[in-house]
Amino acid sequence: MSSFYRLEFEKPVLELEKRIEASETRLTEAATANPPGEGTGSPEVESLRSEVDRLKQDRHRLLTDLYSDLSPWNTVRVARHPLRPQTRDYIDMICRDFAELHGDRRFGEDPALVTGFARIGPIKCMVIGHQKGRDTQEKLACHFGCAHPEGYRKALLKMQLAEKFNVPIVTLVDTPGAYPGLGAEQRGQAEAIAVNLREMSRLRVPIVSVVIGEGGSGGALGIAVADRVAMLQCSWYSVISPEGCAAILWKEANEQTNSAAAKALKLTARDNLELGIVDDVIPEPVGGAHRDPKTTAENLRQWIVSRVQQLRQIDADTLVRQRYERFRKLGQYTEQAESAGNPA
Amino acid sequence: MKTTARTWQDVKTHRKSAIPEGLWLRCPGCAKMVYRKHLEANLHVCPECSHHYRIGAAERVKQLADPDSFQAMFTELAPTDPLKFKDLKGYKDRLLAEQVKTGAIDAIKAGRCFIKGREAMLCSLDLTFMMGSMGSVVGETITRAIEEATRTQLPLIIVSCSGGARMQESGLSLMQMAKTSAALARYDDAGGLFISVLTDPTTGGVTASFAMLGDVILAEPQALIGFAGPRVIQQTIRQELPEGFQRSEFLLKCGMVDRVVARGQLRNEIGRLIDYSGR
Ligand SMILES: [Zn+2]
Repeated sequence: MSSFYRLEFEKPVLELEKRIEASETRLTEAATANPPGEGTGSPEVESLRSEVDRLKQDRHRLLTDLYSDLSPWNTVRVARHPLRPQTRDYIDMICRDFAELHGDRRFGEDPALVTGFARIGPIKCMVIGHQKGRDTQEKLACHFGCAHPEGYRKALLKMQLAEKFNVPIVTLVDTPGAYPGLGAEQRGQAEAIAVNLREMSRLRVPIVSVVIGEGGSGGALGIAVADRVAMLQCSWYSVISPEGCAAILWKEANEQTNSAAAKALKLTARDNLELGIVDDVIPEPVGGAHRDPKTTAENLRQWIVSRVQQLRQIDADTLVRQRYERFRKLGQYTEQAESAGNPA
Repeated sequence: MKTTARTWQDVKTHRKSAIPEGLWLRCPGCAKMVYRKHLEANLHVCPECSHHYRIGAAERVKQLADPDSFQAMFTELAPTDPLKFKDLKGYKDRLLAEQVKTGAIDAIKAGRCFIKGREAMLCSLDLTFMMGSMGSVVGETITRAIEEATRTQLPLIIVSCSGGARMQESGLSLMQMAKTSAALARYDDAGGLFISVLTDPTTGGVTASFAMLGDVILAEPQALIGFAGPRVIQQTIRQELPEGFQRSEFLLKCGMVDRVVARGQLRNEIGRLIDYSGR
């Protein structure tokens, strides 16, 4: 249980949790000492019971407050929570008959990107998602969710397979960024991502993407050129991590500058919705996805199924054109009079 | 419309240089003192050691386009501050300072021109403006240039030099990667020839979008080209990077670029590639 409370801002919840635990222990003791007779329990048991109820209500209220107004930096922390559900967790919870497919047929198999056919509710689809890893071994194999070029190439290969059989594509984004390393550079990390951006833009099947945790820059976008893009409520999506941004623009990354950078980057789900970068925000249960993976998965499932079913109604030419237009309009600039060549 | 191939003597008279003022400079390549006028006459390439100096977009366009053939387009696009971004300095102030410093509105020049007599759409990123970073204006200009090249069936040449996506426009900068790449898909569908020229340095979101999508990819010698910056990689893997890592010649060996081409040969190379494509 202790790993639930690694987040600093959740400290008051931990305090309440301890009091609830203590009261529950006392309640159990009291109930054992005063076994329920034919009527109600003893006054002591009754008062303890209502105390526990009250504390639980307090906890619920506190969590609601804390999560309704998470700071951007705390949002990043929740998005990185060690118990936050990952792609494989969602596959377990919402997919049936998952047929995992491996390998890029060029270099290798990258476990940081999971791909395979699956059924979600009434739909057949190709699921593509970043996996960060649960235990140490899996984390190392997945490079903590940082995919290599072979991961991006594998993702594209499976997406093209889906296209061939007119199967819609569902991608789950959860990466701090594409892996920065020797082999990744040698094997063309930039090229792999770039090709995905170009090819995803012209795939002739519906594509829906959800940022489920971290949406770190090109490594995230590399599987997120979709017809509909959503973010889970406590995920983040941006051109750079707050730490990376702070290190460059604030000259050092620390608690204060990370927090400032997180705010400046407009990386929350609400911010990205306002900027038109995502189309929907999928709500998380009170206290975040890690407190209630099942409800989160159900919200996710509903969104995926409804969006894929909508997109299924659109013919392929229109679909591809609308996807182009969706990204085409993103960006903000002014158009000055033609003669205004001089900014001064 | 064929123009005679110009000599470099023709252009040296009216060149404004990105190189710091002074008659002599010490070459970072060979540490020798180089006479500034010689350097300029040599396309800002050291006559002693062939070190390729970084140049701005105006100089690049002058070097590549036939004399007086470049017609700038999309110059009406100007940056805004959509996120009200503020780090140690506000983005608005930063933009203004860069505009005053460079005389440019943002980090790109685009337009139609002739290259050795072949008509083409030419874009060059501008390293002198916020490290050539790609925000909305750079992304929109490149996208419009690609769309125009698609419409007019012109070959497309984009010269890249960039620190990557512009942080101050965050997610909107990121989306320029998808936007430009999607435009290239349409250009590709239409059978267009895209020659991507990578120069020092080309990194981050620019490399991971249009820069690596050339039908042919040329790189200037010794240019730093990569997805992640060397410092980030070093911090991640905690070991020394091999000699020449992420340089053009290294990418050539890795199969990531078609040719490493010295600056003086770029016009010739582009010209003959256009001829081979039949465009
Ligand atoms: Zn030299």
